[in-house]
Amino acid sequence: MSTLEAASGYKPSRTMPIWAEVRRQASRRRTQMALGFMVLLPLIVLAAFEFGGGGGDDDDGNGGGAFSSMADLATSGGLNFALFGLAVSAGFLLVVVVALFFGDTVASEASWGSLRYLLAIPVPRARLLGVKLIVAAGYSLLALLLLVGTSLLVGTLRYGWSPMGSTIAAEIPPGEGLLRLLGICAYLATTLLVVAGLAFLLSVLTDAALGAVGGAVLLWILSSILDQIDALGGIRNGLPTHYTDAWMGLLSTPVQTEDLAKGAISAIVYATLFWGIAFFRFTRKDVTS
Amino acid sequence: MPDLIAGLRRALPRLNRRRVLPAAAVLVVLAAAAVWAVRPTPDAWTTEDFRIAGADVELDSRLYLPADRDGKVPAVLLAHGFGGTKESVRSDAESLAGRGYAVLTWTARGFGRSTGQIHLDSPDHEVKDAQRLLDWLAARPEVTTDATGDPKVAAVGGSYGGALALLLAGQDPRVDAIVPQITWNDLNASLVPGGVFKKAWAGYFFGNGGASALGLLGGGGAGGRGGEMPAVDPACGRFAEDVCKAYLQMATTGIPDETTRALLLKSSPATVLDKIKAPTLLIQGAVDTLFPLSEADANAKGIAATGTPVRVAWFTGGHDGGAGPTSDSDRLKYLTAQWLDHYLKGEGDAPGDDFTFSRVAGFSALDRGLVTNGYSTGSYPGLTGTGSTEVTLTGAAQPIANPPNGNPGAISSMPGITSRLSSVLSGGVALDVPGQHAVFESAALTAPVEVAGAPTLRLRAASPTGEAVLFVKLYDVDANGSATLSAGLVAPIRLTGLPADIAQASPVSVTLPAIVRQIEAGHTVRVTVATSDQAFLTPAQPATYTVAVEPVLTLPTLTGTPIADPGSLWWFVLAGVLGVILLGLVALLVISRIRHRRRDVAVVEEHADTPLVVNGLRKAYGDGFVAVQEIDFTVQRGQVVGLLGPNGAGKTTTLRVLMGLTQPTAGEIFVFGHRLVPGAPILSRVGSLVEGPGFLPHLTGEENLRAYWQATGRPWADARFEEALEIAGLGSSVHRKTRKYSHGMRQRLAIAQAMLGLPDLLVLDEPTDGLDPPQIAEMRRVLQRYATDGRAVLVSSHLLAEVEQTCTHAVVVNKGRIVASGQVSDIVGDSPSVQLDVSDVPAATRVLEELGVRSVKTEGPNGLIVDMNGTARSEVVASLVGAGIGVDRLVPRRRLEDAFLSLVGDNSRGSGDR
Repeated sequence: MSTLEAASGYKPSRTMPIWAEVRRQASRRRTQMALGFMVLLPLIVLAAFEFGGGGGDDDDGNGGGAFSSMADLATSGGLNFALFGLAVSAGFLLVVVVALFFGDTVASEASWGSLRYLLAIPVPRARLLGVKLIVAAGYSLLALLLLVGTSLLVGTLRYGWSPMGSTIAAEIPPGEGLLRLLGICAYLATTLLVVAGLAFLLSVLTDAALGAVGGAVLLWILSSILDQIDALGGIRNGLPTHYTDAWMGLLSTPVQTEDLAKGAISAIVYATLFWGIAFFRFTRKDVTS
Repeated sequence: MPDLIAGLRRALPRLNRRRVLPAAAVLVVLAAAAVWAVRPTPDAWTTEDFRIAGADVELDSRLYLPADRDGKVPAVLLAHGFGGTKESVRSDAESLAGRGYAVLTWTARGFGRSTGQIHLDSPDHEVKDAQRLLDWLAARPEVTTDATGDPKVAAVGGSYGGALALLLAGQDPRVDAIVPQITWNDLNASLVPGGVFKKAWAGYFFGNGGASALGLLGGGGAGGRGGEMPAVDPACGRFAEDVCKAYLQMATTGIPDETTRALLLKSSPATVLDKIKAPTLLIQGAVDTLFPLSEADANAKGIAATGTPVRVAWFTGGHDGGAGPTSDSDRLKYLTAQWLDHYLKGEGDAPGDDFTFSRVAGFSALDRGLVTNGYSTGSYPGLTGTGSTEVTLTGAAQPIANPPNGNPGAISSMPGITSRLSSVLSGGVALDVPGQHAVFESAALTAPVEVAGAPTLRLRAASPTGEAVLFVKLYDVDANGSATLSAGLVAPIRLTGLPADIAQASPVSVTLPAIVRQIEAGHTVRVTVATSDQAFLTPAQPATYTVAVEPVLTLPTLTGTPIADPGSLWWFVLAGVLGVILLGLVALLVISRIRHRRRDVAVVEEHADTPLVVNGLRKAYGDGFVAVQEIDFTVQRGQVVGLLGPNGAGKTTTLRVLMGLTQPTAGEIFVFGHRLVPGAPILSRVGSLVEGPGFLPHLTGEENLRAYWQATGRPWADARFEEALEIAGLGSSVHRKTRKYSHGMRQRLAIAQAMLGLPDLLVLDEPTDGLDPPQIAEMRRVLQRYATDGRAVLVSSHLLAEVEQTCTHAVVVNKGRIVASGQVSDIVGDSPSVQLDVSDVPAATRVLEELGVRSVKTEGPNGLIVDMNGTARSEVVASLVGAGIGVDRLVPRRRLEDAFLSLVGDNSRGSGDR
C-alpha cells in the first residue's frame, strides 16, 4: 500500500464531479435569489402592465426607436411579452446575473478558504476551473431560459398565442416568431460570453467575490459608455459591447445577420482571450488565500 | 462597497518594478491606437475655386484634383440637382476625386453665386454653359485630352444635373460617358402625366427656384444664402421670363398650351437621344413620383436605338425615397465607378448590360430604416417584365364624385416633404376620401407575385360633362386589411368624349406606374379609381362620374438572381474563428496529454516507505521576500513531528508547498517516494489543515464534510465519515450552519475534514488554535493514536509546550532555516546546562571555572547559565556553597528551550508570516 501513487479510489478525472459543483452552487442563497428573480421579473412586469393603467399617451412619435415600440406591443401576445422581458433585461440585469455566476465562483471559494482544500484533494487546477466554468455557464443559461420561459408562459396565458408583432416590421407568424425568440436568446447568450470571460478572469485574480462581479459589470458599463462616443470612430467596433443590440436584427424581415456574426466573433474572441488568461494564470499561480 | 474596492484593488495587479514597464507599454499602445483612430486623415484630393465664364454668365465652380495623381487624369463634370449648388455634390466629388478623377463642380446659372437666370437645362443656356466648362477642362494641364480642345470627360449628375448630362451628351460629342440619375425624359410627360398637371411637384420647384435659396434636390445645402442677390421679380424669382410664363400658364389652367409644351420639350432629353453617342449608365429610383421609372425607360430605349451602350439600374429611392438604404447606394457607387473606370480610364472589362434592381425586403429593427435585397437579371427587361401574372378584379360600376376645386382631395404622396422612406413605402400617407373613389378587389393570391414593371388594366368611365380626370392606384392589401400604395405612385388620366351612361362607355387601357414589389400569398390586390389627388390639379367643377374596371389586371413579373450579401462573409469568418479556437483547444489537450505521459512518475526507492521527506526546500516570493531559506526534514511512519518556530519562521510556507498550493523555488518534497508537485495525485494520501479552516458558510458542518468528500470523487465508504465526526466531537451542532460556529468548532471540524479517509500523512497547522484545555488534551490523544498503523502526523506550532506534549519528534525553524531537530525526548531531555541564581555572581563564576565547566554566561543581576560539561549538579552546588556563595535556585535547562530561546532571543519579531 505504501507505494501507491494515490489513495485508493482517487482519480484526477473523477475529482470535483460536475453534479457536486452544481449542488454546491445550488445551495447558495445568491444562486437561488438570482434564479428566483428571473422567474419573478416577468410576473412583476405583468403586474405593472395590468395595474399600471393605460399610460399609452407618452408616445413620442418617431423618436422612440425600436424599444418603445416593443413596450407598446408587449401586451399583444406571449411572444411579444417575452421579447419585452428580454429587451429590458439584456442591457443590465442579465449582465449582472452572468457576472455573478462567473465572477463569484472561484473568488468565493478563495475567500472562504475552501479553495486550498479543493486543490489539496488534489483537484487538478485546470479541472477545477473547467468544472466551475461549465457549471457557471449552465446556471447563466438556466437564468436566461427561466426568464424567457416564464415570460413566454405568463405572457401567453394572459395575452394569448399570437404572431410576434412590431410597429416597424410585418408580423411574424408564431412558429417562426418562437424561432426568432430562441435566436435572440442564443445571440444574447453569445454576447454575454464577454461578461462571463471578464468576470471569470477577475474571479481567478482576486479573492473578493464582490470585486470580481463588480469589476466585470463596471468594465462592461465603461465599454458601453465608450461606445457612445462617436469621436472614437473605428475603435468602437472593437469594444466588447459594440454589437450588443444586434439581436434586434432578428426582428426585421428578412433578418439582418451581418452584425450578429460580427458580434458573435467579437464576443467569442474576447471570451476565449479572457478564459485563456484565466486558465494560464490559475494553473501557475501560488494560491495564497 | 469597501469590500468591492478592496476586491478591485486585489484584482488589479500590484505595481512593482517588473510590472511598471509592461503596464507603461500597454498604456502607450492604447493611447497610440486612440490617437491613430481619431487622427485627421489627409485628404486624397485638393480643391480650387474658379469663376468660369459660361455662355453669357459667370459660373461659381470648383475643381477637385486627386492628391496623388501621376500625370494627367480624366475628368468628370458633376452637376447638381435643382435648387442646389456646387456644395450639394461635394461628398460625391470628393469620392470621385479620391478615385483618381479631376472633378469639376459648378453652380448652375440662376442658383447660388452663379449669375444668370434659370432656363431649365435649356440647350441654349445651361447646356452651352456646360460646353464652356468642357472647353475650360480641355485647357487644364491636369486633364487628359482626346484631341486638342477635347477633354477625356464624363458627365454625371442627378435629376436637374442628370438631364443636363443627357442634353450635353446629345449636343456635344466631346462627352465620353454619362451617368444620368433620377432624371426625366420628357418634362411634358413628367409634369403633366396623362394630361393632368402635377401641381404639387411643380409648385414645389417653382417656389424653390423662385427663392433660389435652398436646394432640396440633389442633397440640399445653403448655397446662395450669403450671395449677392440681385433684385428679382417677386413673381418669377430667378426664373427666366419664358420659363416663368410657362409655369404660370400651366398652373393656372392645368393644361399646358403650345408655347409651354414647346418650352418643356426643348428642355427634354427626348429630343436628343438619337444624338447621344456616349455610353450611358441610367440610374432611376423606384420611389419617385416626380420622375418615375418610365422616364429612364424611355431614355434607355431612345439611346440604345442608335447602338450606344446603355445600362440601366434601379434602386429603392428617388425624389420621394432619397438615397435609399446603404446596400443600394453602395451598389450604385460601384456601378458608377465601374462605368467611369472603363469608359474614361480604360480600366476593367466593359461593363455588361445586365440589369440590377432592388426590392424592399422589410424593415430594419436597428434604425427603422429599410432593408432591400439586390437582384440582377441578364438584360434590361423594360417595364413589362419577363413574364406576367393576371389577376381577376371584381366590383360593379360605381359612381364617384369629383370634389369642387379638388378639395377634399385624396393623398398619395407628399412631394418635397422629407419623410422616412419606410413610411413613404408602407403607404402610411395614402388616403382616399369616401364617395370619391371606387374599389375593385381581387381574391387572395395563392402564390406570391414578384412585380417589377408597369401593371396594366382596362377601364370604362362615364361622365355627364363628357370629361373626367381619374387617378388609378394599385394597393397591396394584407390579410389584416391594411392597404399599401407602393411608393405613393398613381396613374392620372384625363379622359374626354365620355358618354353619360357607363353602359355605352368603351374601355381604355391604363398603364399604372412601374413598381418593384413582392405581393405576398394571401394578400389581395385592390385597384382604386379616385377623382381627386392633392398632388394634382383636378377640374374645379363638381361632377359625378361612373367607373368600372375590366376584370383582368396584368402584373408584369421579373425574377432576378439575388446579389450576394457581402455581410454573409462574416459568418464564414465566425466559422473560421470557431475552427481556430477548437483546433487550439485540441492542440492544448494533446500537448497536455503528452506532457502528462512524460512526467516523472518514478518512485524514489529510498523514500518509498517514508511518509515525508523534505530536501533543501527554498521559497522566495516574487517581490524578493525569502520565506524559506533551506529546510530539510523527514517524517517517518508512526511519528508525530512538530514543526516549531515563531511566527514568520516559514512554517506555513513550508506547509503550503506541501499542499501543492505554492511552487517551491528550489528543493524537493517526497511523499512515500513520490515527488510532490502542485496537483500531484500523491496529495490524495495527505490530509491537511493549513491556515485555518475553510468551509462553505451556508452549509452545515456535516454537509460541508460531505461536499468535501464528494469533491474528492472517491467512494463514500472510504471516507470513514463516522470516525471523523466523532473526532470533531460537535454533537448536534454538526447540523448547524458553519457560519454560526465558534472558532474552536470550526477548528475541530477542519481537523475532522483533514482526517476524512484516514490519509497516511496528516499535516496540521496550529491544530489546537482556539481549542480549550480539555479539547487540547483530547486532540493530543487523537493525534498520538492517529500516528499508529504506519501513519504519520506533521504538526506545526509556535508553542513549545504543545510540541513537547504532543510530538514524538520536533523540527525547530527560525527565519526559514532549521535550528534543531530530532526526537522530542532528546531535545526536551536534560541539557548539559543549568540556570543558577546566586548571591555573588563574580565569585560564583570564578568557582565554576575552577570546576572545569565548559562555559559560564551571566544572565540578569543574579543569574548564570552554566554548561556543565559532565560535572554533576550536586558537585556544583557543593562547591558554590563551600565557597560561601548562596545558591537561591538551580534549574536544569532543556535543549529545546535552549534552541528556542536562543532564536527568540535573537529576534522575537517575525519577519512577516507569509
